[in-house]
Amino acid sequence: MTIKEIADDNLQPKSFEWTDESQLMIDNTLKQYPVGRQASAVIPLLNIAQRQNSNWLPIKAIELIADTLDMPRIRVLEVATFYTMFNLIPVGKWFLQPCTTTPCWLRGSHEVMSCIKDKLGLFEDYATTSDGQFTLLEVECLGVCANAPVLQINDNVYEDLNYDLTAKLIQNLKNGERPKYGSMSNRQGSMPKDGPTSLISLKKSDGVPAWWAKKKPAAKG
Amino acid sequence: MPRLMIDGIETVVPQGATVLQACESVGSEVPHFCFHSRLSIAGNCRMCLVELENGSKPIVACAFPAEEGMVIQTKSDLALKAQKSTMEFLLINHPLDCPICDQGGECDLQDQAMGYGFHSSRYRDNKRAVTNKYMGPLIKTIMTRCIHCTRCVRFSTEIAGVKEMGMLNRGEGAEITTYLEEALNSELSANVIDLCPVGALTSKPYAFVARPWELKKINSIDVMDAVGSSIRIDTRGSDVLRILPRLHEDVNEDWISDKTRYACDGLKQQRLDRPYVRKNGKLESTSWSEALTTAALAIKNLQGRQMAAIVGDLVDAESMYTLKRLMNNLECPNIDCRQDGAKVGGNMRAAYLFNTTIAGIEYADAILMVGTNPRWESALINARIRKRWMAGPIDIALIGKKVNLNYDYDHIGVGPKTLVEIMNGSHSFANILNNAKRPMIIVGMGALARSDGSAILDTALKIASNTGMLNSGHIDNKKNSIPIKIWNGFNVLHTAASRVAGLDMGFLPHNDGRDVAGIIEGVKSGTVKLVYLLGADEVDSDFGDAFVIYQGHHGDRGAHIADVIFPGAAYTEKDGIYVNTEGRIQMGIAAVFPPGQARDDWKILRALSERVGETIPFSTLECVRSALCAEYPTFSTIDAIQPAKWGEMFGTSHVITDIPFTYPINNFYMTDVISRASRTMSECTEAFVLQRHNSTCLSKERQIDKSVVG
Amino acid sequence: MLKDKDRIFTNLYGWFRSDIVGARERGDWSNTTEILKMSQEKIIDVVKSSGLRGRGGGGFLTGLKWSFMPKEVKERPHYLVVNADESEPGTCKDREIVRHDPHKLIEGCLIGGFAIRASTAFIYLRGEFYNEALILQKAIDEAYDAGLIGKNACGSGYDFNVILHRGAGAYICGEETALLESLEGKKGQPRLKPPFPASIGLYGCPTTVNNVESIAVIPTILRRGAGWFASIGRPKNYGPKIFSISGHVNNPCNVEEELGVPLKELINKHAGGVIGGWDNLLAVIPGGSSVPLLPKSTCDEILMDFDSLREVHSALGTAAVIVMNKQTDVIKAIARLSAFYKHESCGQCTPCREGTAWMSRVMQRMVRGDADIEEIDILEDVTRQVEGHTICALGDAAAWPIQGMIRNFRPEMERRIIAYKANQQVKSIT
Repeated sequence: MTIKEIADDNLQPKSFEWTDESQLMIDNTLKQYPVGRQASAVIPLLNIAQRQNSNWLPIKAIELIADTLDMPRIRVLEVATFYTMFNLIPVGKWFLQPCTTTPCWLRGSHEVMSCIKDKLGLFEDYATTSDGQFTLLEVECLGVCANAPVLQINDNVYEDLNYDLTAKLIQNLKNGERPKYGSMSNRQGSMPKDGPTSLISLKKSDGVPAWWAKKKPAAKG
Repeated sequence: MPRLMIDGIETVVPQGATVLQACESVGSEVPHFCFHSRLSIAGNCRMCLVELENGSKPIVACAFPAEEGMVIQTKSDLALKAQKSTMEFLLINHPLDCPICDQGGECDLQDQAMGYGFHSSRYRDNKRAVTNKYMGPLIKTIMTRCIHCTRCVRFSTEIAGVKEMGMLNRGEGAEITTYLEEALNSELSANVIDLCPVGALTSKPYAFVARPWELKKINSIDVMDAVGSSIRIDTRGSDVLRILPRLHEDVNEDWISDKTRYACDGLKQQRLDRPYVRKNGKLESTSWSEALTTAALAIKNLQGRQMAAIVGDLVDAESMYTLKRLMNNLECPNIDCRQDGAKVGGNMRAAYLFNTTIAGIEYADAILMVGTNPRWESALINARIRKRWMAGPIDIALIGKKVNLNYDYDHIGVGPKTLVEIMNGSHSFANILNNAKRPMIIVGMGALARSDGSAILDTALKIASNTGMLNSGHIDNKKNSIPIKIWNGFNVLHTAASRVAGLDMGFLPHNDGRDVAGIIEGVKSGTVKLVYLLGADEVDSDFGDAFVIYQGHHGDRGAHIADVIFPGAAYTEKDGIYVNTEGRIQMGIAAVFPPGQARDDWKILRALSERVGETIPFSTLECVRSALCAEYPTFSTIDAIQPAKWGEMFGTSHVITDIPFTYPINNFYMTDVISRASRTMSECTEAFVLQRHNSTCLSKERQIDKSVVG
Repeated sequence: MLKDKDRIFTNLYGWFRSDIVGARERGDWSNTTEILKMSQEKIIDVVKSSGLRGRGGGGFLTGLKWSFMPKEVKERPHYLVVNADESEPGTCKDREIVRHDPHKLIEGCLIGGFAIRASTAFIYLRGEFYNEALILQKAIDEAYDAGLIGKNACGSGYDFNVILHRGAGAYICGEETALLESLEGKKGQPRLKPPFPASIGLYGCPTTVNNVESIAVIPTILRRGAGWFASIGRPKNYGPKIFSISGHVNNPCNVEEELGVPLKELINKHAGGVIGGWDNLLAVIPGGSSVPLLPKSTCDEILMDFDSLREVHSALGTAAVIVMNKQTDVIKAIARLSAFYKHESCGQCTPCREGTAWMSRVMQRMVRGDADIEEIDILEDVTRQVEGHTICALGDAAAWPIQGMIRNFRPEMERRIIAYKANQQVKSIT
């Protein structure tokens, strides 16, 4: 859905303060932008606030950011509701974001979706399991199409999935493990799974481009 | 100066003009919604697409700069196809609930759909429904009708300076709202209703009241403050149903304040519609004849010096003048038009006018405000200052209590001490004024309506002289093509609509007469035995044992203490001249008749003069006017400002106290008898001044209006 | 076929280290100082004569774009903004550059930024690329520590900063002016053009926005020469290019190939062929979701470059090849893209806000066949009403896939509508 719900008053914390760690990140972020252009930091600060607050943004955080950046509150709220990655209601510990756009769909994203439905009972956006562990949000293209279908869980993207691999992944998370992200079928990057069709000659020469090796020795490290 | 061809007609437009302006210059109408000449260009509605020869696709006329040699077609197949396409898109999710929409009959979308719409919809899916938003007591929202033109967002951000409105979410889910549905806290908020090209934002107090074609429309002048905004009064039968702004570039542009717009429901409340006489301590309604006789008897028993007359803030010049003539005939020197006791008036007209003029603010490069909160005393002048502030760097400073004016200023002091420092040149802002090319000082009633007001006015006048505010040599006409020939940076900001007219005709104590404070004292000491209050309700006294004649239109404070009440006409009910704070002579026009037995004020005074045997020879309003203009020629030029000459300083140096300035207005929404009687203004007071949020209201608003969901 | 020695992205698959040590081994940063001794005009000339066309979708000549920047820096600084908001469905090439060859991008920022007299480059990376952001930030820090960027970058006397800015999930921010708005801390709503970013861009200053791949190939072009670059590919479509191949192929992958490579060769050679064999091919979307699809008959012969694809009413776009075999419900595939554009419309202008939603709703029904035959024409008409009428190209992008589908698969759409109606009749009888 393109309309973001804002959490009810009873879910909103009474106050929101930056932690020392967040404050340090904010100071470093603000330094990056020209003087008077601190509004540029609104996405980074919303991101910092969301990380500090279990992956969702309470209204108090919006207002603190508005104060920090000297922006009208409505402008911060506009940004928070515009971008998909900001949650304005609480989400589970594991925020499952399967991509179902055409490239993933062609490779079986429906298997990922139905696995999440079967194993966790989640099939609606922002639905959360009763134990508060998992929240589902169907998302658009994650830009990992050569490794489709993919499922983003919090910061990490799990690639080359199918029903069984998704089930295994969910079970791992339930067991308290943190599976390594990337290809679930042990493919390296976005290389063809049956082996490379290019760069083969380079592989033999240990990463030194052939054209360069001929000219002069590898640059000093 | 690019030369271009529009629909086969050649035109030359100024550099920087848009294609839309070029089209308008040759009379080619281009439909549009989001574009508004006073707002930034958004180019988002896509209704004004026109064909540019050799262009790959149609261009948006409102945003595209006019360039040399362009050939534009506004009605070619390509252009019409584009315009009709946009219209179809606007309509697919629009509820088409025109029969129950208050915008019906004056709706841009409705009008343009006639020209560019299809006869039936090709959209077969469900329409989008949008939750309504609470925006305060004035703005009713039916958000399903919204076409996302963002005029309201741009107005509130750019003109009103309240950054509370925005568009949340994106795509089809985009919704206009205020931050967490707080009321839109601006004195100009209701202008978004006029700006909304559809029925998404409509007038809450006017909801389902009337259709535009039922209304009689009269152009008139507002009296809620001393700006004298141009207004249109819409009436049906004997009722004033609404008040809308009327364009006046030099005064209110396209806007009016919420008080100007909405105090009009107070015209139906607490009205004095028949004469009263106090009998045995109780006011009893009576006939005109008895009321006039009672008053005349009381007058005839007294000498001139035993009487006094005070006029209030809403009074027209003609009535004031008639009263002045009556008092002159009765040899009464105790007359005053300054019920707040402001120390203004006298021969030097420039010393009590807003000489820079409202439009002139846009050319100022430094502004010192003294004892004034322009946001509440004159919301439109404040908007002009904000406009100037938005246009580029300017130094603005305020002496007085710190208030939020919706633009940045230096708060340099709270009382006269700072002002004296600036006069002495010991304050840093004196340098800023000295170095400025076109500096301004704005002195408010907060600085003048106090015992040391004259001395403060003197100080301000000296600052104006010392810092070159009156020096036309500072203007480089070639460099800044300024329409103002002579720069006068000295300004008094009045709050009363009647004030400048009163000062212009010398409705002031003379021959050692008493001013308002003197009158109150005279009543206490028993010297003054009769007080004539012409619409004066804000005098801080009950006039003890004196005989009080109150002439006015509302049963407010003046009527409560009166012995005789003459029911007069409110500003919507009489023709009358008002002079605004700039000294601009403007003419109000009657839109309805006064209620019941109430009469035009000058007529009442004329009748009374006859009863007291001092008949004033006025038989028509024109007679009053020609006598007024003959005696005070400034009144003869309607809608013009005659630049006031600068004269000698008063020269007297009174003692200045160091009491901080206090502002004359504590509640913007209730400043006079009409706004105090207005229900809408009392709701605004609750919402904005007392900050009480009406939560039941909110929950009701939040429900989607099911009736409009198609 | 492109020879290994002509490949620019030698660490495309992450076989080697992505850090500065690995980058130097691959030749990055080797003689940057010498390159920066060239004049700005000279660098732009080299890039111009290499014929490099923007790798982000538009295919505009990069050198020419740079030449639009003011020739001297006045009171407003110049900016280089790198568009790393890779979100076009099917496209996943920039991610590989950012995580496996970040130094190519950073070096490209320095050289490109120098050429347009920018003092700062902002890299706007899509927010979902969290781990990639960590790698890129580490690489930027390495470059600062090694004196390659920052004050007196590479000892050239030129001061240059590179700043990583993460987005937060909005496809529209890949549109250059929306990206600038987002970078300024606003909603990613595209700006009206003119003015163009080269005159009024980031913070109102002259700005050039380039795709990651366009910038990352710059150092190699300057090292190996414009002639080398222009010797690869076809006339006016020069150089190697990363192709992302996804969908119904046996081995989806990213691969660097020369422009003008036959689509069939690309799929068969690198992606392991179409699932079920070439004859099982139904259609290919050749350049990311925004471009019209190609039916198999076109796929047999088509060359993958800007101009060849334009001739068949499609486009190279980002060179993201989405392959669909005959088991695909093509209407559903395109309907899913319509839903994507509806979701990603910024909501600012009318034709896109209303049109994407309209098209998406009709497409949902078309998948079931729950429509009338004449609605196909209405749908086609709606796409024409959106196309060319919007502030940015998202409207066009939403319209073209549907137009491509109607052009090539109209009989399938009609068949489904007839079948649905027949089925409804059966239901109503029984």
